[in-house]
Amino acid sequence: MVQALNAALSDAMEADDKVVVFGEDVGRLGGVFRVTEGLQARFGPERCFDVPLAESSIVGAAIGMALRGFRPVPEIQFDGFTYPAFDQIVTNLAKYRSRSGGLISMPVTIRVPSFGAIGSAEHHSESTESYWVHTAGLKVVVPSGPADAYSLLLGSIECDDPVLFLEPKRQYWVRDEVERGGNREPLGKAVVRRSGSTATVVTYGNLVATAMEAASLAAAEEGWELEVIDLRTLVPLDFETVAASVAATGHCIVLHEAPRTLGMGAEIAARVQEELFWNLEAPVLRVTGFDTPYPPARLERDWLPGVDRLLDAVERSLSYEHA
Amino acid sequence: MDVLVADDLACVQLIDVDGSPSARSGLDPASALDRLPSLYETMVVTRELDDELVNLQRQGQLALFAPCRGQEAAQVGCAAALRDTDWMFPQYRELGCFLYRGVDPVGIGLLWRGASHGARGLVERAIAPVCISIGGQALHAVGAAMATRWLGDGGVTVAFIGDGATSEGDVHEALNLAAVTRAPCIFYVQNNHWAISTPVAEQLRAPSIAHKGIGYGMPAVRVDGNDVVACLLVVEQAAARARAGEGPTLVEAVTYRLGPHTTSDDPSRYRDDAEVHSWEARDPLARCRRFLEHAGRFDEAIERRARERAGSLRARLRAGVFDAPDPAPLELFDCVFSEPTDELLRQRAALASELEAG
Repeated sequence: MVQALNAALSDAMEADDKVVVFGEDVGRLGGVFRVTEGLQARFGPERCFDVPLAESSIVGAAIGMALRGFRPVPEIQFDGFTYPAFDQIVTNLAKYRSRSGGLISMPVTIRVPSFGAIGSAEHHSESTESYWVHTAGLKVVVPSGPADAYSLLLGSIECDDPVLFLEPKRQYWVRDEVERGGNREPLGKAVVRRSGSTATVVTYGNLVATAMEAASLAAAEEGWELEVIDLRTLVPLDFETVAASVAATGHCIVLHEAPRTLGMGAEIAARVQEELFWNLEAPVLRVTGFDTPYPPARLERDWLPGVDRLLDAVERSLSYEHA
Repeated sequence: MDVLVADDLACVQLIDVDGSPSARSGLDPASALDRLPSLYETMVVTRELDDELVNLQRQGQLALFAPCRGQEAAQVGCAAALRDTDWMFPQYRELGCFLYRGVDPVGIGLLWRGASHGARGLVERAIAPVCISIGGQALHAVGAAMATRWLGDGGVTVAFIGDGATSEGDVHEALNLAAVTRAPCIFYVQNNHWAISTPVAEQLRAPSIAHKGIGYGMPAVRVDGNDVVACLLVVEQAAARARAGEGPTLVEAVTYRLGPHTTSDDPSRYRDDAEVHSWEARDPLARCRRFLEHAGRFDEAIERRARERAGSLRARLRAGVFDAPDPAPLELFDCVFSEPTDELLRQRAALASELEAG
């Protein structure tokens, strides 16, 4: 996936000389995950460069660049270091278009290596998506594999709105065929990764792989056919794809790493019961991280939702009986 | 370039407190003299429109207003030193800058009426939307300065900040980033002595705001912010440095907020009348006029023209703001994204049917 992201950045910079890439250690080093490797050598230090260690300045400067017609693609080195830039993102970046009466676009794509399950230090495994989803004016994209990483990153950079592009670090080393050549994915389209009629599992990012594994297991051992939906973009949310699936299965389980309260699961559960109440055979269930700070690495296996926790929830949903 | 140091607390000054020529700088005011009548006129217009906006607030026409009374020279002098294409990143009190650039005051009035966020009519004149949260715009100015250099348009950007904002982390990050990247950016601090009720002495321990430039490796200068000629010439020098690729400058314009922080504020709760009176005696408008008289450049026609222009803009402002219709509520949904999402369209439709039902 790292190479796919690198290819997307390279292709975007090639296609549009207003695309600039910057952040902490992204130039000389090529990024701590090597996502920006070779870009400075290829495009020069004005198009890919390092900046002082100050996240608010990374986003704040991107705003000024966008105002002058550039398409900045800054990197925040780790999810947990986005918080120093929170004010610039929420107060300024998200609101600039409406504050300028629609005259100024903010085509800024903030890449953030995100989420857990890599055995890292504190502040390196956070799920930040709910903050951005809750903030009007931001788009939120979470690829789950290399092919989407390429096409969704190109789609994000091309988008005239600010995008939080959350890269699941756990998938960085996953290998897959990626069709290059500039195919970009418009934001706001979920994809059904596996079709099934028993129950719908809605997820994104790292946990798409978990859901797929669970679905194979469930089919082999229980005869359940799980439909796995990869949301891919959380804003805009492709609720149509979710609704079509839940209307057919009557069972909906939302799976995410982020803590439970006010996570995406809460939003999707609310929407499903608002719009599909009579289609439901059971309450919408959430399989999520816990409402604790992200745990130390030795405990993350217990903390993160895995195949077992998901299949337990599927079973509870399928065996639900009206009291 | 010799004034661009911060080795003492003295302010660059060309107009003495009493309006006579001051020797407290090595600068020659001659280059400014031809423009001075027009700067004076804009300062008069700023003062009058500032008053009118306060009136409109008192009459219940504006939700709030942050007057700039006392800071006209600092604002007009700085704006006059720039090209029309140099982006300014204001806070919210920069009425003098807006008017110098020819912004329609009605847009400013409607902002404070609560009809819009970010005044209309600014960005068309290379002025960023007002930034009511403190200090963030300094980073935007640095990013825009970096972009300006890539565009090769020879532009500079100006970050307007206040004494209070110098305590904000974003301002530190902006100064550092600009210094490291040698961005063509001017940090223009209007030290008006009060951040609402907090005096500048409780805001920083450095001998002056300009002294902070030393730590960032950035030239810095203190200028008498009630002296329009000094502000003009100092910012011209800073802009010339930036255009020549020599990087950013920190300018501390020492001035005073004669009025309240906003119309909701009561400054008598935290500062003495005596202090206010001492600054009224240094009123930038009176000093500028007396300086023009000293230089033999003043005649009553200047004053008359200024008052006439102020009068007509006051009338225009009142006509455009008084009982102005509210914006259409559904416009709220138009500028969230480049295209509204399905969810926004659903919510827009919900509000539309509420409005239809009355």
